[in-house]
Amino acid sequence: MEEVKEQIISLPRLSEPAPAFEAVTTHGVLKLEDFKGSWLVLFSHPADFTPVCTTEFMAFAEIFPELQKRGVELLGLSVDSVSSHIAWVRNVEEKTGVKIPFPIIADLSKEVSLAYGMIHPGQSKTETVRCVFIIDPNQIIRTILYYPLTTGRNMAEILRIIDALQTTDANGVATPANWKPGDMVVVPPPNTQEGAEERIKQGYECVDWYLCKKKL
Amino acid sequence: MACVSPDGKPTESGAKMLHAIKSGLGTPEEIAKDARLPLFRVRSGLRELAQAGLARQKGDKYELSPEGAELLDTLPA
Repeated sequence: MEEVKEQIISLPRLSEPAPAFEAVTTHGVLKLEDFKGSWLVLFSHPADFTPVCTTEFMAFAEIFPELQKRGVELLGLSVDSVSSHIAWVRNVEEKTGVKIPFPIIADLSKEVSLAYGMIHPGQSKTETVRCVFIIDPNQIIRTILYYPLTTGRNMAEILRIIDALQTTDANGVATPANWKPGDMVVVPPPNTQEGAEERIKQGYECVDWYLCKKKL
Repeated sequence: MACVSPDGKPTESGAKMLHAIKSGLGTPEEIAKDARLPLFRVRSGLRELAQAGLARQKGDKYELSPEGAELLDTLPA
């Protein structure tokens, strides 16, 4: 009887180190560690020269200056060749005037896609789905988003998540539903009864001891 | 290769990095600032320049190799 060996790959999870890689990109050979010290949005798209991906790339290029202001680099990926990527970004610029300023991984071996769990066979056996990995300056995965092939991503949400993560890191707070910069933030709830009693007296805007907000 | 062309000569960004190294800047951070390039591009580019024999790493700094210095003399400033 033929022995079937299956390699079990553990998918990346939040608060774990991002899987290391060395990959050919449109900006040369890049390693994950080259991005150390910067935030990184690593995102995959199904294929070059496809309609939804083209709208997304234009949208990523549009928010690129905002990402740069926040110390964030962008890195795209698909299972296409570097020549295909180059031809596509040149075509996008020629047809729409939008220059794609960030590198794109040519993951023909699927090494990076598999390490990051970007191929979902129920969606496509050969293409990557629309994944977004937000990786912090210490190369820890802080957010993972998956979108199906048919749904283009929301750039405002990606910016909002980065703002929320950076606000959390800088101030030791959490952010409530639909939070955006300037809104009140959530004070971490106390974990002792004494703390709960004191919390009400601390001058925050509280619904009760476990839900208090403050202005930054 | 982003910083070294197939003919072994540095690209525009490669040349910027070599000029920065020649001016006495040695760490990737210093070179990125001087060359106005993203740090990730500089880290990757310095690896390429070292592989091509145009620069070499000493600790956390880079310096020109004799070949890199010679080639740089032929490039516009």
